[in-house]
Amino acid sequence: MDTLLRHYGPVLTAAIVTATAVWLLALVVLPYLAMIEFSFHPNLPVPQMGGPNDRYTLDNYASLFRGLDLATGTVPDDLRVFLRTIWGASLVTAISLCLCYPVAWYLARVAAPERTAFLLLLLVIPFWINEILRTFSWYILLAYNGPLNALLKATGVIDAPVRWLSGSAGVLVGMTYAFLLFMLFPLYNALETLDRNQVEAARDLGAGTLRIHARIVIPHARPGIAVGCVMVFVLSASSYVVPALLGSPGTRWFTETIYQWFFEGQDWPRGSAYAFVLLALCIGFIMLVMRVFRVGLDEIAK
Amino acid sequence: MSQSVELDRVTMRFGASTAVRDVSLEIRAGEFFSILGPSGCGKTTILRLVSGFAAPSSGRVLIGGKDMAGIGPNRRPTALIFQNLALFPLMSVGENVAFGLEVRGVPKVERERRARDLLALVALPDAADKRVDALSGGMKQRVAIARALAVEPQVMLLDEPLSALDLKLRQHMRAELRAIQRRTGVTFLYITHDQGEALTMSDRIAVMARGVVEQVGTPAAIYDRPETPFVAGFVGETNALPGRVVSVADGLARLDTARGPLLGRAGPGLVAGAVATLFVRPERTLRAATPPADGQSVPAVLLHVDFEGSFAMLVLAGADGGRLSVQHRNDGTELPPEGAGVHLAFAPQDAVVLATAAEG
Repeated sequence: MDTLLRHYGPVLTAAIVTATAVWLLALVVLPYLAMIEFSFHPNLPVPQMGGPNDRYTLDNYASLFRGLDLATGTVPDDLRVFLRTIWGASLVTAISLCLCYPVAWYLARVAAPERTAFLLLLLVIPFWINEILRTFSWYILLAYNGPLNALLKATGVIDAPVRWLSGSAGVLVGMTYAFLLFMLFPLYNALETLDRNQVEAARDLGAGTLRIHARIVIPHARPGIAVGCVMVFVLSASSYVVPALLGSPGTRWFTETIYQWFFEGQDWPRGSAYAFVLLALCIGFIMLVMRVFRVGLDEIAK
Repeated sequence: MSQSVELDRVTMRFGASTAVRDVSLEIRAGEFFSILGPSGCGKTTILRLVSGFAAPSSGRVLIGGKDMAGIGPNRRPTALIFQNLALFPLMSVGENVAFGLEVRGVPKVERERRARDLLALVALPDAADKRVDALSGGMKQRVAIARALAVEPQVMLLDEPLSALDLKLRQHMRAELRAIQRRTGVTFLYITHDQGEALTMSDRIAVMARGVVEQVGTPAAIYDRPETPFVAGFVGETNALPGRVVSVADGLARLDTARGPLLGRAGPGLVAGAVATLFVRPERTLRAATPPADGQSVPAVLLHVDFEGSFAMLVLAGADGGRLSVQHRNDGTELPPEGAGVHLAFAPQDAVVLATAAEG
C-alpha cells in the first residue's frame, strides 16, 4: 500500500484499491458466499423458498455419503466419482512429474541456451490453441479408427484397433497433456537456479547420478515440484472439458457430477455443496503438498 | 596418504581456442604445489583435467602413476574445493562433511563421528548441527576443507578458495591451509592468481600464461630467478629496461639500452644480438645522487614518494619517460625533493636479462 501511495499518489491509489476490492468482492467473494449459502439450504420449489421448510441443513453435504456401507462395500455413485477424481488427478500429477522432470532437467542443465529457448517455444506453441480444440485433437488421435491405431497396426505393434477412449486412458493422456506446462515451467525454473558447482561437488565427493538427484537436485527443486504438483492436481481435479470429451460413461469426473446436479438435476444446493467439497479437496491437497515438501505459502504463490 | 600428479604433454582445446598447450608437470606426493597465473591462463582447466570434469584433447593425466583416462571425478582419489565452495545449503554442516562418507556407505553413527573429528581438525568443533548459511565466510571455508578431507583424498585440488574472503581472513587462512596440508600430508594442488598466496604457501609454483607453463620452481626461485619476461613481470614488482644484447660472458649479459650499456645475469638461452629486457627488483636497487663509477645506473627524475612505513617506494621517470621504482628502507635519511635528478643503481648480480623476441 505504501509503495502504491508513493508511486501513484492518493487519488490513483484509492481508485486502484477500490477497483481491486470491487473486483474481488463482486466476482469472487460474493458468488462464493452465495454458493455457500445455497449449499446449506434444502432444494425446494421456488414458492417454498424462504418458507417454514427452508431451514439450514447439512443434508446436501451428507448426500455425498448417503448409501455408503463399509460392511458390504457399497459405495454410492457420487462418492465413487469423487474418489475416482482424486485418484485420477493424483495419477495425472504423478505422470506429469515423471514426464517433466527429465525434460526440465535437460532444458535447464544440459541443452545450450539457444536450444533451450527454441525447445521452450516449440513446447508453448500448441498451447496458443484453445484447450477444447487441443482436447478434440486428442479425441481424433485416439479414436477407434484414428491415426494412432492406424500407426500401431501398420507397424505391427497391435493386431486389432484398441478402444483408447473407453477406459480412463484417454482422460489421463488428455489431462497430462493439457496441464503439462504447469508442471514443466515451475520445475524448469527451480532446476535452472541450481548452482552447477553443487552437482559437481557431489560428483567429486563420489556420488553417482541417482544420489546426486536424490540428495542435491530434488531437494533444491522442492518448491518447483510442489508448485507443479499443486497446479496440475488442482487443474485436473477441476477440469471439465477433458473428461467430458475424452471420457466414457464409466470414467465420469466429479466436475461432471457437479454440472449434472446444477443443470440436469436442477438441484443447485447440492451442486453448490459438491463444488465446495471439490474446493476443500484442492485446499487439502495444497496443504498436504506444503507439508510433504516443507514449503511455505509464499513459495507456492510464486 | 598422498600421491603424485603428473601431466604428460597435456593439451586442451575448446573449439578453435587452446586453453592448455602441451603442458607437462610433475607434482610430487605430499607437496603443496601452486599454479599461478592471470585469469584465462588455463590454470582452472588444469584443475578440471586433474579432477576429472574434463578430459584432455591429447596427453595424459596420471595420479599416483596411474593413467586417469576414462575415470570419472567420482572415482578419482581427488577432492576439489570450489571457488564458491559449493557447500550444500539444504544440509547441515555435519551432513555436508559426511556426504562423501554417506556416498561410500559408511554407517550413520560412524560418519557422524568422523564428521565431528574433521570439524575439530578445522577448528569448528561444535558446528555439526548448524545450518550452512549461519556460518561466516571463513567458517564456510573450513567446512569445505573438512568435507573434502572426509573422503581421504590423496590429492586435494583447490580453485582459488580464498578469493571471496577479506584481506585479514585471507592471510589467516593461508597459514591455516598450510598447516592443514602439513598435518594431513595430502598433496595440495592450489590454483590462484594471487602471487602472495602462491609465494607464502607453496613448496613449488608453476607460473602459467596463455595455456603454457612459463616456469616451475620454489617460491624463491620464481621470485629471484625468473626465466621468462612474463614471470619477471607477473610475480612481484620489477623495473624493466629494454635493449639489445651486446655480449654474453661469464653468465653476465651486456645490454645496450636507451639509458646506456647495463650488465645483468644472462637468462636462459640468451645470445649476443638478441632483443632482451633487463629486469631488476625495486628492493635490489639503490638511489644515488651521482652515477656510480661502474656505470651500472640509470638517470631519472623523482616523481613522487609512496611512503609505506618501514620503507618508501620512490617512483621515478626515466630519461625516455618510462616508470622506474626504487625501494628505500626507512633508515632515517632524508629523501630528495620531488623533481630532483637521481640515479637508479644496481649490482649486475641483482638484475637478470631475458630475451623478449619471443614475446611478439
